[in-house]
Amino acid sequence: MTRTVVITGVGAVTPLGVGARTLHERWSAGQSGIEDGYGRASEFEPKEHLSVKEVRRADRFTQLALAATREALEDAGWEDGVPGDPDRAACVIGTGIGGIETLETQHLVLQDQGAQRISALSIPLLMANAASGVVAMKHDLRGQSFGTVSACAAGAHAIGMAERLIRYGDADQVVTGGSEAAITPLATAAFARMDALSESGISRPFDRRRDGFVMGEGAGILVLEEEEAARARGARILGYVRGYASTSDAHHLTAPEPTGRGAAKAIELALKDADLTTEDVMYVNAHGTSTPLNDRSETNAIKTALGEERAKDVPVSSTKSAIGHLLGAAGAVEAIATLLALRDRIAPPTLNYEEPDEGLDLDYVPNEARPLDGANGRAIGISNAFGFGGHNVVLCLEAQ
Amino acid sequence: MAATVTREEIESRVFKALEEFGAEPDQISPDAEFEAMDVDSLDLVELAQIVEDEYGVQLKGEDMEGIKTVRQAVDLVMSKLG
Repeated sequence: MTRTVVITGVGAVTPLGVGARTLHERWSAGQSGIEDGYGRASEFEPKEHLSVKEVRRADRFTQLALAATREALEDAGWEDGVPGDPDRAACVIGTGIGGIETLETQHLVLQDQGAQRISALSIPLLMANAASGVVAMKHDLRGQSFGTVSACAAGAHAIGMAERLIRYGDADQVVTGGSEAAITPLATAAFARMDALSESGISRPFDRRRDGFVMGEGAGILVLEEEEAARARGARILGYVRGYASTSDAHHLTAPEPTGRGAAKAIELALKDADLTTEDVMYVNAHGTSTPLNDRSETNAIKTALGEERAKDVPVSSTKSAIGHLLGAAGAVEAIATLLALRDRIAPPTLNYEEPDEGLDLDYVPNEARPLDGANGRAIGISNAFGFGGHNVVLCLEAQ
Repeated sequence: MAATVTREEIESRVFKALEEFGAEPDQISPDAEFEAMDVDSLDLVELAQIVEDEYGVQLKGEDMEGIKTVRQAVDLVMSKLG
């Protein structure tokens, strides 16, 4: 028996504000959450969402995950807890770096005041699996829980793993997504040193003048459930995770393989996994980082996977144009943005896109949202996420 | 410093720490148990660090064993201060 995976709730904290719908509405309206070259989740005030103890016991990346989880569970109608056996409820949350703010501050304590002054909370706060552990503990999710670590593909990998846990019968519900809070002195300096960050501070994916990504922070959490169980409890179905695939470039530590071979393969495999064809794809939510290399290789990948002709017909836009690059949270936040765009049959825009680049000739939905229409009435899209290390993840989503 | 510190001062500092740890202010009293205030072993390590910073008293893991209430913790600090 095939088990189908439905999405029943979403939550997000992003540079565009607190709330998944806030993200969707503001991005669709062409608003940007980037200020002074950073996409900070500045509307997020931890104490408004978390108890004193939760704030103290969590690095910012876990705080963001907790807040996004609360919204997602409310959205899913989980007011009374797991709607089923907690032993079969899982939690998979990805991050690129984990609690780097804790790591950096505690290292300063070590240098300035010595080993005896290090906080006993250092390790539990900075560990990359902290978000999944804390969320599982808070919401009594007693099945598998772990973090995924694949740089900027981590959030998408988490959702892929979550989908598999349900499809293979290992879990009936999974709280999943990604979280990142790495706008710290060390992380920003290190990204800048490798010329990955935009000097102009402008995120303009696919534009000829793009000069790197803008760092962002935030979290995106989805509630996935096995369809029959979800319907039996009368859950509102937002949509489906239809397909997932992941490949590796096996090419370079940071640079994408220029032809987009690995990314194209991931798109093809995700569609195959979903039992869909290129004609079914109504919208592509691109990884679209605004780096010279990614946007070119990703354009190549989309053309290879969908075919030149089909690729030029499908709207392709980048959430990063509005919120920057949320690293390990990006894949999850963008999956949510994709789902809500598909639900409203709208292609949100690639902001700041003005000057076409040679060879980058897809329909990038410049600056203004546009209605989406599919050939067969179904609202199906793909969300791409690629990470340093050569990790490629593609999710195929369908909105109800 | 250690010679002039009073029991009241230590208790008041412990109360303040507990509040920072997330204990509800109306739950905090000399006889309140740490467990009831949701104060766990990680918090107690932090508390030991605060006490050391403020009063120069070193509390080791074994010292803290069996310490269940604020009063017992303050007693321990007082005894260490000698």
